[in-house]
Amino acid sequence: MNYKKEWIAMLLAGGQGSRLYALTRRLAKPAVPYGGKYRIIDFPLSNCVNSGIDTVGVLTQYQPLVLNEYIGNGQPWDLDRISGGVFVLPPYQKSSGSDWYTGTANAIYQNISFIQRYDPEYVVILSGDHIYKMDYSKMLAYHKEKEADASIAVIKVPMEEASRFGIMNAYPDGKIYEFEEKPQNPKSDLASMGIYIFTWKKLKKYLEDDEADPISQKDFGKNIIPAMLDAGEQMYAYPFEGYWKDVGTIDSLWEANMDLLNPNVPLTLYDPQWKIFSRNPVMPPHYISPCARVQNSMVTEGCFVEGMCDFTILFAGVTVEPGAVVRDSIIMPGSVIKAGAVVEYSIIAENVTIGEGARVGARPEDTPDKENWGITVVGEQVSVSPGQVVPAKAMMEYSAKGEK
Amino acid sequence: MISEKTLGIVFSNMHDHMLSEITEQRTMGSVPFGGRYRLIDFVLSNMANSGISDVGVITKSNYQSLMDHLGTGREWDLTRKRGGLSILPPFGHASAGIYRGRLEALSGVLTYIKHSDAKYVILADCDVVANIDFSEIMKAHIEKAADITVVYKRDTVADEQVMDTTVLRLDENNLVNEVLIHPPVQGEDNIYLNFAIVAKDALEKLITEGTSRSIYSFAKGVLQDKCNKMRIYAWQFDGYCTKINSIRSYYKANMQLLDPQVRAQLFPRERPIYTKVRDEVPAKYGLSAEAGGSMIADGAIIDGTVENSIIFRGVHIGKGAVVKNCILMQDTMVSENVSLDHVITDKNVVIRAGRTMVGPESYPVIIAKNSIV
Repeated sequence: MNYKKEWIAMLLAGGQGSRLYALTRRLAKPAVPYGGKYRIIDFPLSNCVNSGIDTVGVLTQYQPLVLNEYIGNGQPWDLDRISGGVFVLPPYQKSSGSDWYTGTANAIYQNISFIQRYDPEYVVILSGDHIYKMDYSKMLAYHKEKEADASIAVIKVPMEEASRFGIMNAYPDGKIYEFEEKPQNPKSDLASMGIYIFTWKKLKKYLEDDEADPISQKDFGKNIIPAMLDAGEQMYAYPFEGYWKDVGTIDSLWEANMDLLNPNVPLTLYDPQWKIFSRNPVMPPHYISPCARVQNSMVTEGCFVEGMCDFTILFAGVTVEPGAVVRDSIIMPGSVIKAGAVVEYSIIAENVTIGEGARVGARPEDTPDKENWGITVVGEQVSVSPGQVVPAKAMMEYSAKGEK
Repeated sequence: MISEKTLGIVFSNMHDHMLSEITEQRTMGSVPFGGRYRLIDFVLSNMANSGISDVGVITKSNYQSLMDHLGTGREWDLTRKRGGLSILPPFGHASAGIYRGRLEALSGVLTYIKHSDAKYVILADCDVVANIDFSEIMKAHIEKAADITVVYKRDTVADEQVMDTTVLRLDENNLVNEVLIHPPVQGEDNIYLNFAIVAKDALEKLITEGTSRSIYSFAKGVLQDKCNKMRIYAWQFDGYCTKINSIRSYYKANMQLLDPQVRAQLFPRERPIYTKVRDEVPAKYGLSAEAGGSMIADGAIIDGTVENSIIFRGVHIGKGAVVKNCILMQDTMVSENVSLDHVITDKNVVIRAGRTMVGPESYPVIIAKNSIV
């Protein structure tokens, strides 16, 4: 039984996140762990619930296993509802054949019948690539006030970086007159955040037209938005202020985690009215031994810390043995840093073992060749042998030979 | 997993008087423990992990916090269409008042018990902190062809705990032949842990019989009076377990969690202890944090010094504050430059800047819920 909904959200979670390399070998980008106990997708999902959206379709395609299991029945986000709730929507076979999602617009097109079941007035299109807190209900109010066909959330970016983004050129009242994807000479500093609200009737028409166009790439940014602009539809830029960070690269993922430890960054997870929900591990509180030293760090349930942590985020069930030193790093669930190991400027994926006395990553000040300095990544379930040195910027996807 | 369909009955209010300062506004079952738990979490998780999916929680008074904690029982996987968690508040009708003992409490919920299609019933209190597999006890109960199986451990009893202690005397087959209630015991003895297994139809008979003879105590009217007429088998639990029946034992049991051996026995990966989820942010350590030898829950913000303490969810410890040998319950605010030693703060306590409080080692100071010091 489905009631009519005023609005529903569709979350594009099929992205491979290829620029996260080893971290997304076995899981989709939205399932990448973040901030000690979250996964990236917790942010858009929690934003939906906190904004009053109770029906969310999550479009998956690449490595969906972890994501499916994580979302489950949606209970951690209060999305287990009698009508609506959260639905994982993978591509499926139809009588006329079957297709992978060939683009963001095609993914929504293939799920028109899902959306129609709720007969919504508005559809919110979200991606699972960003860390931010946003009240979509304010954006909907803006959309209604402007009598828009599409509203696109935009954020001011530094002018010198604007050429990396999709830039919206708008009149002072917010009406968009031009969209430029990664322009060489940007005319404005308003970057699209990849968050759209569409009046569903309009969007449906454009999705169907776009699908019929054989040369279209079936993409919102490249096809749908330009087509709507060309046709003179009412499109408005919704200005957002606050923390918003893409976590699509190793560096940005590392930075977004470190931002949680920086009191000057305007991202607080402590607002009781805007909690970020997640599927909680069932583990006891963390234990910190008398010889441990932990500062400027976040530590969560199930951790066992006997070593030193500074500017570090430890996820659930991480062990840091005596004499181990972890600095400026992110250690994902279940990993073990053995005695005497040193981990610096690194992202250690889930269930990794860093052997005794190993050295992973390096500080920029200790790297003579600054050109080749970068964040070190150790992939899921890899064992770093005792005493092994994994240099700065290395990407270790497999254990060294002879190790399991 | 337990072999026979079993109903769990949990007494949430027994022993309340033993922790009067902490149970003033709550049941024994909802006493906060170990950074993020309530005492009832242990018995409920043990039941859930043993495959018991039908649990009734008997309450008497002060049960608002308990109901808030348990909700629909989802966290313990007890939200079920068949069975699941039932909260059983006192059922007031003309002939039944507030119960005085377990047997009388059971007679108040006799309809609930009769309605269950379980073959056995496990009776349990909330005063024992242990990770215990009830299916092992059930196996012994069936093997020994016992009428009742009771669980005990070998332990010594402190003077202040005698009022809450039942001791079992056993024959060579570990069958109970004498039950001593509140005895002045010396040295190690067989301490009853208030877990009992009995066939459901036999329990129903005992309840009805008790009602007709105005017997309200299970320990006295059943275990003590019937131990020579029924086969009461005593099953020894030799894992880590501690009975909480005084402020001192409550403090000690919390502090024992700082021992890795104890944590390993209490929180094995394959038999987790579930509790209500609060969606807290991971604990955050600031620039001036100095923490060691402590258990710290999510939502805590540590900017001061913490040693040998249990820090619950949402506790803030300000800069320059020194917290030693303390149990700080949910959302305690320790302001800057406070010094606390051997202090237990209840929920939502605020300690204003610069205060110093030192409790004697033998009896920690307790600060009541919501107070501002």
